[in-house]
Amino acid sequence: MLAAAAGHAAEPIRIASKNSNESYLLSEIAAQLLESKGFAVERRFGLGGTLIAFDALVAGEIDLYMEYTGTLSQAILKLGQEASREVMNERLKGDGLRLLQPFGFNNTYAVAVRREQARALGLARIGDLADHPTLRVVFSHEFLEREDGWPGLKRAYGLAFDVAGIEHALSYQAIAEGALDVTDAYSTDGELLRHDLVLLEDDQRFFPRYLAAPLVRADVGAEVIETLDFLGGTLDDAAAQALNAAVVVDGASFAEVAAGFLAERGVDSETVAKAGGGDLWQSLAANTAQHLKLTLTALAAAVIVGLSVSLLIFRRAVAARLVVYLCGLLQTVPSIALLALMIPLFGIGAAPAVVALFLYSLLPVMRNTVTALTTIDPTLLRVADAMGLSRREQIRHVYLPLSMPSVLAGIRTAAVINIGTATLAAFIGAGGLGDPIVTGLALNDVSFILQGAVPAALLAIATELAFEGVERVAVPGHLRAR
Amino acid sequence: MGSGTILAAEAVQFDGVAKAFAGAAVLDGINLGFPAGLTTAVVGESGSGKTTLLQLINGVLQPDAGQVRVFGEAVPRQAAERFRRRIGYAVQGAGLFPHLTNRRNVVLLAQLEGWTEDAIEARYAELLHEMDLPKEVSRRYPHQLSGGQQQRVGLCRALMLKPGLLLLDEPFSAVDPITRVGIYERFEFVQRHEGVSTVLVTHDMREAVHLGDRLVILKAGRVVRSGVTEEVVNAPGDPYVEQLVNQQL
Repeated sequence: MLAAAAGHAAEPIRIASKNSNESYLLSEIAAQLLESKGFAVERRFGLGGTLIAFDALVAGEIDLYMEYTGTLSQAILKLGQEASREVMNERLKGDGLRLLQPFGFNNTYAVAVRREQARALGLARIGDLADHPTLRVVFSHEFLEREDGWPGLKRAYGLAFDVAGIEHALSYQAIAEGALDVTDAYSTDGELLRHDLVLLEDDQRFFPRYLAAPLVRADVGAEVIETLDFLGGTLDDAAAQALNAAVVVDGASFAEVAAGFLAERGVDSETVAKAGGGDLWQSLAANTAQHLKLTLTALAAAVIVGLSVSLLIFRRAVAARLVVYLCGLLQTVPSIALLALMIPLFGIGAAPAVVALFLYSLLPVMRNTVTALTTIDPTLLRVADAMGLSRREQIRHVYLPLSMPSVLAGIRTAAVINIGTATLAAFIGAGGLGDPIVTGLALNDVSFILQGAVPAALLAIATELAFEGVERVAVPGHLRAR
Repeated sequence: MGSGTILAAEAVQFDGVAKAFAGAAVLDGINLGFPAGLTTAVVGESGSGKTTLLQLINGVLQPDAGQVRVFGEAVPRQAAERFRRRIGYAVQGAGLFPHLTNRRNVVLLAQLEGWTEDAIEARYAELLHEMDLPKEVSRRYPHQLSGGQQQRVGLCRALMLKPGLLLLDEPFSAVDPITRVGIYERFEFVQRHEGVSTVLVTHDMREAVHLGDRLVILKAGRVVRSGVTEEVVNAPGDPYVEQLVNQQL
């Protein structure tokens, strides 16, 4: 089976997934299949949504991920109607992409309610919702925006709810606990079994079909495409839901479930599957190290750039105000949006994450520095001037040391913000402590989430303490900020 | 003004100096000599132009007309750092850098000038002694000293590089009257001992008479009277000066 290995290029095939458990699972199946044929594979799972994954594919940062036909035609290509694979591939040609044969199952959008509430209110079809205007309807953010989501659905069924948004990974938990009554779901989702939810019938046939299929870069090579075509038609709706449930309900790993699926079809990927599981402490250490690398690189760059720019502009009031204002504007861009904006420029992985974190760090560093530099006691500056201190000596012996408490406070704020925001970097494949959080969200598994969240919180506290130490050394007691 | 020519060397010379801000004259037609080795007290209310006069001497400001010379040298228009280091400067409230110890405040310039540690220590110890400051102030920060001690440290700083000229911008006005008398004594002793020419700017006629060998009375940007202190006090020769003498002495 490994005989083919020698023939393949050394460059690994970069396989991504979106941050849903089905996307992880299908990508893991593709990864193991390719590995069993001797291809080297790099897994970049858990990208934060359709836009990020598709942009990364177009940018050549990844070679393939699993997409759904409905998403592709509606949300990406904006064809406005269900389109055949041939039509979509014609449109994808320009970007050098190709949609391969679908697995076969239809994981369409669906509207879910709790089983006992459906029974109590007599809810069977989506149209029945119109008779119960007091139901609390909360949809995932993506569903709220997409034309094949709520905007189209309410027109098709004449619904008029005051809807709110929620992160999809949290919605099942929320509906199961009765915090909301109606939400969007994926029809093959294993979570439906776990939480005893039922789907309302789409009697108007509003939702298009969502057939999962590998979306690949055409330049990935004919051998890879041939290998992946093996997956075409291997899963129906029930089989897909069962595989998903094996992960989210029974707690099996993606690697195990994927290996089992492939073994049933005569593909031996056992050797590869074993390598998937890692030691908890080892992965914790690796994630923490990566997290520190991301935050420290961004912070160091922000300190160097922030201090230099501040020193250059603080004497010009208008320029100083403008720069601080611009940094403030950057701060208002939501983290995920900023990360998505970075992809066309820097691809996916650590680079765009570091750039985004750098931009977020600039405001606290620059605002504190500029404010401190411009509010130094004018008498001291008059003395420094009259004593015969040169510009440079004034910066070194007067401006910087007197600004130090405020500058350090700004760096400290930036560092703590960075540690928190860096957990989102996992959405663009940058790794770090966000990795287990994203996996945990996809699996609805709190223990995974805690593996990222607890060390991140500890890091933030350690950072606070470290900065207190630095301040103690660098700033005389009576000048320390309290 | 004729008495200024009795002494051969002028520490500072103003020739036809005028200065205006936004079209309003602050100093006009100033012709003045500040004799070397003596203390000249410039007296005026706020707005009389006395601080501007000081800033014209160390080149922080440039005159619109006329010329200012210090020991015969025209005040440089730019890159004035070297020039200013030959002029000591002390200010109201001392203006000590709060992040530096008192010793570091005093010796900073000498360090930047590249003095040896031995030379720095010798000069520093000399100044502490002259200003009657205890050795313990060295490692403390300015906020740990009394106002009078801070002011003495400020004078030490101004004198560290052994300047030929000392500019004092109301340095004693923030100190309480009893402490002030002590500082006057120390200052007079040091001023004679170091032989430094001094320009003292103040609104306090009593202080000016106490410390000044000579007086210059400024009003609304013009010199209304200048001369040896006793002469000015005994013969004001101008209603404004007479008023100052009668009210404040």
